[in-house]
Amino acid sequence: MEEKTPLIRVVKNENLSKTKIWCIRLSAFVVAILLGCLIFVICGANPIAAYGEIIKGAIGKSTGIKQTIKIATPLLGAALALGLCFKMKYWNCGAEGQITMGALGAAFFAINFGTKLPSIPLLLLMCVGGVVCGAVWGLIPALFKSRWNTNETLFTLMLNYIAIGIVAWLQGGPWEGKPGSQIVPNFPKAAVLPKVMGIQCGWILIILLVFVMFFYMNFTKQGYEIAVLGESENTARYAGMNVGKVIIRTAAISGGICGLVGFMVASGVNQTIYSGIAGGVGFTAITVAWLAQLNPFAMTVIAFLLAVLSKGSSALQTAMGVPSSVSEIIKGILLLCLLGCEFFINYKMILRSKKEAK
Amino acid sequence: MNINIIAIIKAAILSGAPLLYGTSGEILTQKSGNMNLGVEGLMFMGGAFGLCGAFVYSNVAGANAIPLVAVIIAIICSFLAGVLGSLIFSFLTITLKANQNVTGLALTIFGTGVGQFVGELMRIGVGGNVSIPNNMKDVFANSPLPAFLRNIPVLGELLFSYNMFVYMGIIIVVIMWHFLNKTRKGLYLRAVGESPATADAAGINVEKYRYLATCIGGGISAMGGMVYIMTISGCVWNHTALSGEGWIAVALVIFCFWRPLNALWGSVLFGALSILYLKLPIPFLPTQIYKIVPYIATVLVLIFVSMKENREDQPPAGLGVNYFREDR
Amino acid sequence: MENVHAVEFVGITKRFGSVVANNNVNLYLDKGVVMSLLGENGSGKTTLMNMLAGIYYPDEGHLLIDGKLASIKSPKDAFAYKIGMIHQHFKLVDVFTAAENIVLGLDEEGKLDRKSINKKVAEIAKKYGFDIDPNKKVYEMSVSEKQTVEIIKVLYRGADILILDEPTAVLTPQETKKLFDVIRAMRNDNKSIIIITHKLNEVKEISDVVAIMRKGEHIATVRTSEVSEQQMTEMMVGRTVELNINRTEPKNIKPRLTLANITVRDSEGLKKLDDVGFVAYGGEILGIAGIAGSGQKELLETIAGLRRPESGSIIYTPDGEKPSELVGKTPMEIKNAGVALAFVPEDRLGMGLVGGMGMTDNMLLRYWNKKKGIVVDKSESKQLAENIYKELEVVTPSIDYPVRKLSGGNVQKVLVGREIASSPSVLMSAYAVRGLDINTSYTIYDLMSKQKEMGTAVIFVGEDLDVLLALADRIMVMCDGKISGIVDARTATKEEIGRMMTSLDNEGGR
Repeated sequence: MEEKTPLIRVVKNENLSKTKIWCIRLSAFVVAILLGCLIFVICGANPIAAYGEIIKGAIGKSTGIKQTIKIATPLLGAALALGLCFKMKYWNCGAEGQITMGALGAAFFAINFGTKLPSIPLLLLMCVGGVVCGAVWGLIPALFKSRWNTNETLFTLMLNYIAIGIVAWLQGGPWEGKPGSQIVPNFPKAAVLPKVMGIQCGWILIILLVFVMFFYMNFTKQGYEIAVLGESENTARYAGMNVGKVIIRTAAISGGICGLVGFMVASGVNQTIYSGIAGGVGFTAITVAWLAQLNPFAMTVIAFLLAVLSKGSSALQTAMGVPSSVSEIIKGILLLCLLGCEFFINYKMILRSKKEAK
Repeated sequence: MNINIIAIIKAAILSGAPLLYGTSGEILTQKSGNMNLGVEGLMFMGGAFGLCGAFVYSNVAGANAIPLVAVIIAIICSFLAGVLGSLIFSFLTITLKANQNVTGLALTIFGTGVGQFVGELMRIGVGGNVSIPNNMKDVFANSPLPAFLRNIPVLGELLFSYNMFVYMGIIIVVIMWHFLNKTRKGLYLRAVGESPATADAAGINVEKYRYLATCIGGGISAMGGMVYIMTISGCVWNHTALSGEGWIAVALVIFCFWRPLNALWGSVLFGALSILYLKLPIPFLPTQIYKIVPYIATVLVLIFVSMKENREDQPPAGLGVNYFREDR
Repeated sequence: MENVHAVEFVGITKRFGSVVANNNVNLYLDKGVVMSLLGENGSGKTTLMNMLAGIYYPDEGHLLIDGKLASIKSPKDAFAYKIGMIHQHFKLVDVFTAAENIVLGLDEEGKLDRKSINKKVAEIAKKYGFDIDPNKKVYEMSVSEKQTVEIIKVLYRGADILILDEPTAVLTPQETKKLFDVIRAMRNDNKSIIIITHKLNEVKEISDVVAIMRKGEHIATVRTSEVSEQQMTEMMVGRTVELNINRTEPKNIKPRLTLANITVRDSEGLKKLDDVGFVAYGGEILGIAGIAGSGQKELLETIAGLRRPESGSIIYTPDGEKPSELVGKTPMEIKNAGVALAFVPEDRLGMGLVGGMGMTDNMLLRYWNKKKGIVVDKSESKQLAENIYKELEVVTPSIDYPVRKLSGGNVQKVLVGREIASSPSVLMSAYAVRGLDINTSYTIYDLMSKQKEMGTAVIFVGEDLDVLLALADRIMVMCDGKISGIVDARTATKEEIGRMMTSLDNEGGR
């Protein structure tokens, strides 16, 4: 008898062992690395040497490690912030703008009170300024979401560019240093974050935040509200939760954390503000949070991995003359591979078998 | 102050042309229910590969190069680059059912990387800025229409003086409108975007429609990047100028209520906003604030649409949602 | 006559994870025959038909169409075999017109010629006696109009085998009558029709043969004329329905909830409840009967504070306390005011439970906000989860296993167990036994009766009239958002209630 079952059928797969899941993710990583080799071959570089150079550049020397941590810190901070929103199935794609606004809030105090206040109160003011600005920026789309169910993905995306535009205007207008320079002068010394182990101290804050977030999401009432709301809005209402309030509060917290990140990059890393200060971190953080399945510890690992790639590639450019944009490509490939591999975790494919099932 | 209205309109249309491609491509994609946030990446890839194609051709053919062939090659290269990028997106979201938002952003990271990489590689290859012969540049930038049309007073300037990509973009949009509203296949595609389960139950191959719409749409969007590089930026790779163009295109999709014909005037409007600060400075309004007006306008439209709850103006109901038939 | 059937199922088995939805089903249907597919909720009727319609693919077994082996991998394949299914949840594109929906997915060549499509639609409508405006948008249509579009959609494709999944559940009696006329017209046109239903009177009225399903298995196919309702019920449930529900006489009943003039509209402005008023007493079970969608769900949601009524009042009188008004309070405020409403919503996973969470975290839905402070205290809910796990014999690998992956009966046990554990003074439940096996159903009835004896006002929305008659003290019948009457469950008959369910203008209401 002729079998006419479809060649491949896809069914949900819900019970895969932890080991298998990690094997799948690991193989996706390997595939990405192999695809990266291809890119290096195209530029005429030896892939093995290139990868060696990346690792050496990123974690070979202590200066490299410091740079890597410096890159990883804001990425992890933003990913933690977004994780909250994603848990609620609120697609905050606005980390980029919230970071920029955070930087703006911090810069406001640095520029206006930089020479009038001692360092510690100034830094605290800047921090608060950053958090508040980021939170407000995160709050706006949430208000509309809770009231009119306005699409938050597109709203937050647009706000990114509005924030960047505002900073671009300040940079070329009210806050401009030398007329015509389009540059905001460096912050005074008092407005610069102190260093711990040679890196601006923000990283300690962010590491702390990893644990705080883990606790918040798993052991607090608010975390529970977010989890329930993410699963079903009706259930949340049924359990007596104020859905609008939870959305607004969570978006504000998320924006506030992004604002904190903005404060850190402005005060610690750049010691000034410019329109591109977020540097795409907000977008990359979305993928980091998602790939980590919203687990703060996994986010730490992925953020560090991407930072190694970024730092290593810039070393690669000096060492082997490969365009540094290679890091973006490999980053993209890595993210796409890891995204794709989730399919093999959540679904299984059944190939048509020759014999009839018993 | 002497304001030359015709010059402003002309400049607005010219600077709107890349948006017209980016937006209409994304409209096609979103009509199928796929929200591809990788337009920025696609436009980068289209720009870089389009330039690369024309450049390689002019180098290979040398003195015998026919400018029109260079144009065709640029179009094909950019389109294929877009198709390739969207194919990655489609494979991940349609076949592997990955989250669309995240995949789109990853595609943006990848695409901008590839675009910049190709641009840098060309620069390293020649040891300076990539350029193509002037006679070729003229074909990209000048109107393809006969002189007697262009020389009609006022109208000639206003209607017939644009480069060929403007006219091509208009044709693409009109064809797309006809396809979506007047043909069976267009109706089926909209059904896939509105309600994949319904389309599936009606025997429409949801995956096929989504793949095709996303890939063709991505190709059209990518051509927008090429148009930008070859006309506005004068056949020179300029990634800072190109960056942000893709996001404006996404904004414009919303602004146009997902209707191709609206993209015609929408792209001119957004194009105008991106050049008006040069042509028509308004006192006390800083140029940078001018530039964010398109985004603010889009936000307002977004809010307005959600408040109005008019069923006809909503995004495709299945937008951003992956479809798996046996989901219970 | 040749021995070829229009459709034949041979040894069909379909599993969803560990749940066997259909087990070795053998069934056939001939041309020009109306067949009822009868079974309780969850007996696998819809799953079986979905395999014929190409929505699911069988794990084992095969299908024969006109005696030939058929592999139906997609709805498109089903159309090729001239099979069309009208789903319970209509599959229509809201922003399209009727005509656009009808031609959706057809392989016809040429332009989208709306005129000729409209003409063809009109022909079909005339042939079978439909009433339709091809240019009306679906989102402007009534349920019955949408159903008409679905049926024409299938006929337009020239379907010879039509499957209707509970077509009358959403219809008024007049609409049902019209539908049955259409079905008869189609039968006379030599089409094969399968109606999925659990309403015995309809089985008798419309079908020639009836196939009975129980727990995923095909029990028997018999001629409708040769079988009594009693026999059908026996086959459906597997034994004679002797509803041994231990109903005690209500003792010292007091008014607990008093509703007056409640009117509720949905988001589209349609009246869902129209001037509803009644009293629910502590110490009795008030059954609510009615065709699905007559406003039962909206009524419970309004009392729970999940919907705001346009007008009217709900007075709540707890034991030994002053009466208070519930209208205008949020669910949270209703709880904080000391009002204990235990609500078992119809859609268990959509509203009462969080599918991705385990039992403990689902218990927490009641307790999460009880204690002060920011940290959520799970000890109480863990204790409760363990109690329910033991007492109601929930089958789950662990109390932290996501409830989404549990079977329907176990999910329901978790939900009802939690609601009852909060020792409410009003317990509302909607379709509490839907999809449950008989034993679990009895567990639930028992729990309800115990609550009543403890002085709780129990409001029980049910779909099985036998159960309502045996369990409730009074039965309130709803029809089209209005109350068509309240009867004494000890003296009322099924026929009486059935009549009230379908018409408002009767004299029986009190």
